[in-house]
Amino acid sequence: MGGWAIAVHGGAGVDPNLPLHRQEEAKQVLARCLNLGISALRSSLPAVDVVELVVRELESDPVFNSGRGSALTEKGTVEMEASIMDGKGRRCGAVSGVTTVKNPVSLARLVMDKSPHSYLAFSGAEDFARLHGVEVVDNDYFITEDNRGMLKLAKEANTIMFDYRIPTVLLDTCGASVENPLQMNGLPISVYAPETVGCVVVDGQGRCAAATSTGGLMNKMCGRIGDSPLIGAGTYACGLCGVSCTGEGEAIIRGTLARDVAAVMEYKGLGLQAAVDFVVKERLDEGQAGMIAVSQNGEVACGFNTNGMFRGFATEDGFIEVGIW
Amino acid sequence: MRLRRTRALQRERGRWWRRMGWAIALQGGAGDISPSLLPERRLAKEACLRHCLRLGVDALKSKKSPLDVVELVVRELENNPHFNAGRGSVLTSDGTVEMESCIMDGNTMKCGAVSGLTTVVNAISLARLVMERTHIYLAFDGAEAFAREHGVETLDASHFITPENIERLKQAKEANRVQIDYTQPMQKNEKDAATTDGDSRIGTVGCVAVDNDGNLAAATSTGGFVNKMVGRIGDTPIVGAGTYANSLCAVSATGKGEAIIRGTVARDVAAIMEFKGLSLEEAAACVVKERVPKGNVGLVAVSATGEVTMPFNTTGMYRACATEDGYSEIAIWPSTKD
Repeated sequence: MGGWAIAVHGGAGVDPNLPLHRQEEAKQVLARCLNLGISALRSSLPAVDVVELVVRELESDPVFNSGRGSALTEKGTVEMEASIMDGKGRRCGAVSGVTTVKNPVSLARLVMDKSPHSYLAFSGAEDFARLHGVEVVDNDYFITEDNRGMLKLAKEANTIMFDYRIPTVLLDTCGASVENPLQMNGLPISVYAPETVGCVVVDGQGRCAAATSTGGLMNKMCGRIGDSPLIGAGTYACGLCGVSCTGEGEAIIRGTLARDVAAVMEYKGLGLQAAVDFVVKERLDEGQAGMIAVSQNGEVACGFNTNGMFRGFATEDGFIEVGIW
Repeated sequence: MRLRRTRALQRERGRWWRRMGWAIALQGGAGDISPSLLPERRLAKEACLRHCLRLGVDALKSKKSPLDVVELVVRELENNPHFNAGRGSVLTSDGTVEMESCIMDGNTMKCGAVSGLTTVVNAISLARLVMERTHIYLAFDGAEAFAREHGVETLDASHFITPENIERLKQAKEANRVQIDYTQPMQKNEKDAATTDGDSRIGTVGCVAVDNDGNLAAATSTGGFVNKMVGRIGDTPIVGAGTYANSLCAVSATGKGEAIIRGTVARDVAAIMEFKGLSLEEAAACVVKERVPKGNVGLVAVSATGEVTMPFNTTGMYRACATEDGYSEIAIWPSTKD
């Protein structure tokens, strides 16, 4: 074992009725970002640089829910958050409530590298961005027509209540009905935007890193923080592995999912896939989520208890795969 | 489901734990607390710890749930201006107060957190409301708006600012550094101690409790640290970092936020208990001694079986605890047995 490895994701929980052309579009974006990461790894860029540049690419593309294309708050605005962690030294940076910074993951990186803190939010994060000449745009830049439409539907569905989960219906009973009974985070799956993007990398030197970025939940309250910027929940990296999670924020936060993958590897001696499987099986209860992970030994793994997860993997020995189901 | 899991874990270890009764521990911050701390400061803080411990013990004895107990104890600590939470919070670089807190119910593992509060009198109660009513974590304007919508008690921002903290900020700015350096300044002498009041520049308040049935809860609240950047979030509201509770234990940590976040301190105590089978005391000691650099962390923790531990690797930690079998302790510096 050994060598570099990379995994990317574009959210867990997929509408089984998602039109084929949308599925193809998503897979193309994932493939493009994966290839970007692969080139960077081949030119020996360190893991933390690779995760940043891959997530920047995912943020810039409106297909996924981060940066441009972020889900909208109840007020129709965008509030983004992101975190990044460098397994070497377990340094980390996170931001929340970002409204004008073009690439939240890079702001999170700046917090990690250039501030005495680990996590900045809202006006403080925006001020910090301006202090460092980070690229900013109007909030409108991030808003897509698709998401304006989704917000309207979400308001009509009148959900985002707290405990609303219904059991996941088996796929073969969904049929062709317009009203899909699948729900995530209180929204019918057809309205629920794929949530969050992330990337985990182990480089040629065995260093792991992880980064996650999101616009959060459609129709969320202003000021709501999810799992993506929380170290140990949505993102984690240490000497052993790098992990990025996506799905129902509450389940990921209370399950400290990203940290738990590393913890079972460290304290129980499990291998990477076994650790991911353990966490998905034992830590989620009624919650729905998925994760990607890499280990210092060049392995990749993923696990999810949702009906699908947008993801892509590649390893140095030539393995490459992009998938949804 | 939680109880089944506890029992399953206990059987896995091959023995039934004997229930040891209720237990409670609280902290008022770990850091570089100088032994030359002004006596009146020390006495005031000890009196508050004693008072809060009594409140918590009485509540447990009258069968209040641990979730209610930790909330009411932390409210009391927030209201006391001597500790860095609520009134008495340290100031940001702008001279304002930004408070944050988190509460977690070990039974259901529901949690609530808030950050960036400027007018809410009891951040911990808002965190509880967030846990019960809405998304897990609300911050800044959104959190303040939520508070007003729900008629939560708010006061003008000036209520939270104390003369001591204005002075601390002034000193921090003069020292021209963010006060994350916990080592004693080299030129420290009695005069300096009087000026800088000998007190740690940071702090948190927190409480953990377990009842007779093994139900656990944790709560932490803070103003952050002196001269922090506006918008800085620390470890306190991050589940798994400063606050955590599950069916095994409840933990509230304090110290250098950045180190506690990267060390996922509160979660690790529980993880080490679960995955390595260590006792509460061993797991907590492992985290504090081996997983976080010296001078950075302290924590209070209780287990489902009524154990208590309060380790720290800083100069001191304001702390108090009591157990049903009659043990109680109020302390600041390491006790002689440490």
